[in-house]
Amino acid sequence: MSWVLENLDLIAARTGSHLLQALPPILVALALSLPLAKLANSQGWLRTGVTTTSGLLYAIPSLPLFVLLPGIIGTSVRSPLNIAIALSLYGLALMVPAASDAFRSVSRDVLSSATAQGYAPTARFFQVELPLAGPVLLAGVRVVAVSTISLVTVGGVLGVPSLGMLFVDGFRRGIIAEIAAGVVLTAVLAVLTDALLVLLGRALMPWTRQRSVRRP
Amino acid sequence: MIGFENVRKEYPGGTLAVEDFSLEIASHESVVLVGTSGSGKTTLMRMINRMVDPTSGRITIDGDDVASLDPVRLRRSVGYVMQASGLLPHRTVLDNITTVPVLRGISKRDARTRAHELMETVGLEAALAVRYPAQLSGGQQQRVGVARGLAADPNILLMDEPFGAVDPIVRGELQQELMHLQRDLKKTIVFVTHDIDEAFLIGDRVVILRPGCVVAQIGTPQEILADPADDFVASFVGADRGTRSLHVERVDGRDIVVDADGRAAGVLTAHAAARSGPAGETPS
Ligand SMILES: Nc1ncnc2c1ncn2[C@@H]1O[C@H](COP(=O)(O)OP(=O)(O)OP(=O)(O)O)[C@@H](O)[C@H]1O
Ligand SMILES: [Mg+2]
Repeated sequence: MSWVLENLDLIAARTGSHLLQALPPILVALALSLPLAKLANSQGWLRTGVTTTSGLLYAIPSLPLFVLLPGIIGTSVRSPLNIAIALSLYGLALMVPAASDAFRSVSRDVLSSATAQGYAPTARFFQVELPLAGPVLLAGVRVVAVSTISLVTVGGVLGVPSLGMLFVDGFRRGIIAEIAAGVVLTAVLAVLTDALLVLLGRALMPWTRQRSVRRP
Repeated sequence: MIGFENVRKEYPGGTLAVEDFSLEIASHESVVLVGTSGSGKTTLMRMINRMVDPTSGRITIDGDDVASLDPVRLRRSVGYVMQASGLLPHRTVLDNITTVPVLRGISKRDARTRAHELMETVGLEAALAVRYPAQLSGGQQQRVGVARGLAADPNILLMDEPFGAVDPIVRGELQQELMHLQRDLKKTIVFVTHDIDEAFLIGDRVVILRPGCVVAQIGTPQEILADPADDFVASFVGADRGTRSLHVERVDGRDIVVDADGRAAGVLTAHAAARSGPAGETPS
């Protein structure tokens, strides 16, 4: 315990860099998954292909990917870009099928009714289709966020600063408190992020939380 | 005025939804399309606001070929009410009603003021304005659908089985309200239904369609009842079942209208006797 109290600064710095590494891949995965999912949904065979590819991509073990990726894209193993790209790929592997399901969950009748009201295609996408896909998209983002936050720790093995480094270092030096701090804080970070996303969803999608109101 | 000139619609895949349809609908007229399921009524209606483009032939509004109009602007100028209301589930009642006026660039304030008036017109309590569609009963949703269709004050109102999903009592109320509205507003209404009684109630003219939108008969309700063109029409309007051939029997000093099977259809009143409504006057 005393290790924790003596190293609060270090823990705070590791938590900060952990978050900084996790956030961009989550956003990239979300942003890229939307056009990819729309594209996939436009053709039946594309959708099957994309879903299968995503599944295979997620099956690649993370440590080898972190090590092999620099050879393909020409970065160094410890470069933030390397980590960011690898995590974005995992994020996409989860998020594209989720977004594809999200867009398919939107009622065609509602979309055609919106067209009949006079929504132009772009306005219909941003004002009707995207918000209505929101609940399923959010479910996908929650999985991606938790998965990314836990995957960031793998970078610690390679020497990229994150909470993962705490337990790698703790193992090496035999400091139980340091290992525990790394594990517990990673979990806490994941749980807090998830809770934050749920709250954000409620704020952005008020129609999803009003179901229980009595009918007259 | 809406004109269909030799309109044909073949969907990709080969379904011939509309073979060769021609019809002129006068301004301020309400025309009801009835026909069996899959006869192409929705297709016909959707060609008016370019949700569907005809394979050949033309559709005109006040003489302009709709193919030459911008589809988005055209749709904003035509009210469309569909079955199960088609409301946007993520918008409140008020926002659903103001959708089209706002798309047309009317200020939010003005649109809201008008939406509140419309809610009253279609019989919705003001308190419902902040609800989401999922929090409304089916009948209330249909009322919102009608209010939304009227919100931009369109000259043309397309109604595709708008009251199909509600119980008969609510349907009756909605029909009465629509008739009441139409007396004041004098829109050009194209209305689709499976319910022949609804068709006779709402239509200035009724078009009875066979599959492929082949016209079996066009006429006023009176004309169709008086002289069904063929057996198909006769069975459609119920003439063959005797429910349309009514006679009067005197019971306890009152004139009771009775159908061919001897079932009482209503009471003949002096007022009803003086009128020439299609199905007599049933007590309400
Ligand atoms: N987008 C489409 N693509 C292919 N075929 C279609 C499409 N829309 C309708 N059809 C077909 O065209 C025919 C007419 O359909 P339409 O929806 O116009 O009928 P309807 O008279 O409105 O039927 P209902 O009374 O059941 O609503 C049907 O055979 C239908 O399967
Ligand atoms: Mg239809």
